[in-house]
Amino acid sequence: MTIRDVAVRAYREALPTLSASAVGGLFAGVVLGGMKAELRAVPGLLVLVPALLATRGNVFGSLGARLASALHQGMIEPSFVPLDDRVPAVILASLADGILVSLFAATVAYAILPVLGFDVAPLATLVSIAFLAAVFSGLALTVAVVAVVFVGYRRGYNPDALVGPLVTTIGDVFGIAFLLLAVRIVLALGGG
Amino acid sequence: MLTEWRVRSIMRAMLPVLVALTLVELGSGLVLGSFQAKLLTYPTLLALVPVTIGTAGNLGSILAARLSTAFHLGTLSFALEDDMLVGNVVATLAHALTLFPLVGVGAWLLTGLTVGTTLHVTTVVLVALTSGVALAAFAAVITIVVTYVAYRFRLDPDDVAIPVVTNLCDVLGVVVLFVVVQFLV
Repeated sequence: MTIRDVAVRAYREALPTLSASAVGGLFAGVVLGGMKAELRAVPGLLVLVPALLATRGNVFGSLGARLASALHQGMIEPSFVPLDDRVPAVILASLADGILVSLFAATVAYAILPVLGFDVAPLATLVSIAFLAAVFSGLALTVAVVAVVFVGYRRGYNPDALVGPLVTTIGDVFGIAFLLLAVRIVLALGGG
Repeated sequence: MLTEWRVRSIMRAMLPVLVALTLVELGSGLVLGSFQAKLLTYPTLLALVPVTIGTAGNLGSILAARLSTAFHLGTLSFALEDDMLVGNVVATLAHALTLFPLVGVGAWLLTGLTVGTTLHVTTVVLVALTSGVALAAFAAVITIVVTYVAYRFRLDPDDVAIPVVTNLCDVLGVVVLFVVVQFLV
């Protein structure tokens, strides 16, 4: 293939998913703009937003990429009923990593923000929000990633072109929406 | 696949990278935090934040996923005359030129319909396009370097390239967006 062939093919293959992802990102942005009250009620929350969103993208983007490469190599089958313990193992590891890293982000933010002169909410508030958001969005993203990669592969799409943008979009939209839910639950229970 | 498929070994392969990236992302969060007042003044800019850094990260992660799979299949060389490499980089820049003007219009329109916008549509489009093209170029360079380094250190690019590229784009995205905003808004 010439450079032109590779470029045209790569451009056409990824444009629809990139566009869908941009639409998702815009909606995440509008929801973020509407979270003013929560952002004010929990000082330090805005600082956590990129880390929490990125963790969703990282953990579940890697899950998707791993599944895609394994499908290409014939290591796993696109079956929703596990044929062996490979797919369940990688899912469990992703969920556990997502929760651990979110708790780590909340703790570090709590420790460094006062040093830099920022206001910060109590540790229990930040950690509870990070934990709840990680559990909710982790479960939702696991279902979405496995479904998109397996169904896409079965229908003859290259899962590599689906994984990156779809996961980061779903990661942003679910990430912001479940963060909002987590904040509201914690505030309703008396945190903040 | 260079990593074993067991819960503990997958967690161990990913955790150090995730922890390091989280620290980087907290840096990006601090940049956001220091501009919180300005972001709340111009909600259009706040709406641009996730879509700009997300799209830039996506461009990088598509490129990284393609290079990783080409690497696993043995069809990638890291030479400048490699058609697979150059063709994919050209596609990445073309994607940025197509998408970012539309992202600018979309952010302006959606903010106008919800919380209201005080910025002119051409300003928002110019901010989105300038930031987007700069980020696409950064994303391409970072992806190639990271995939190459992973390959040299015998790491699985699936574990390393996508997270590193996406997170660097997040931080660069916040920084680039605000540098551009300083000049254009």
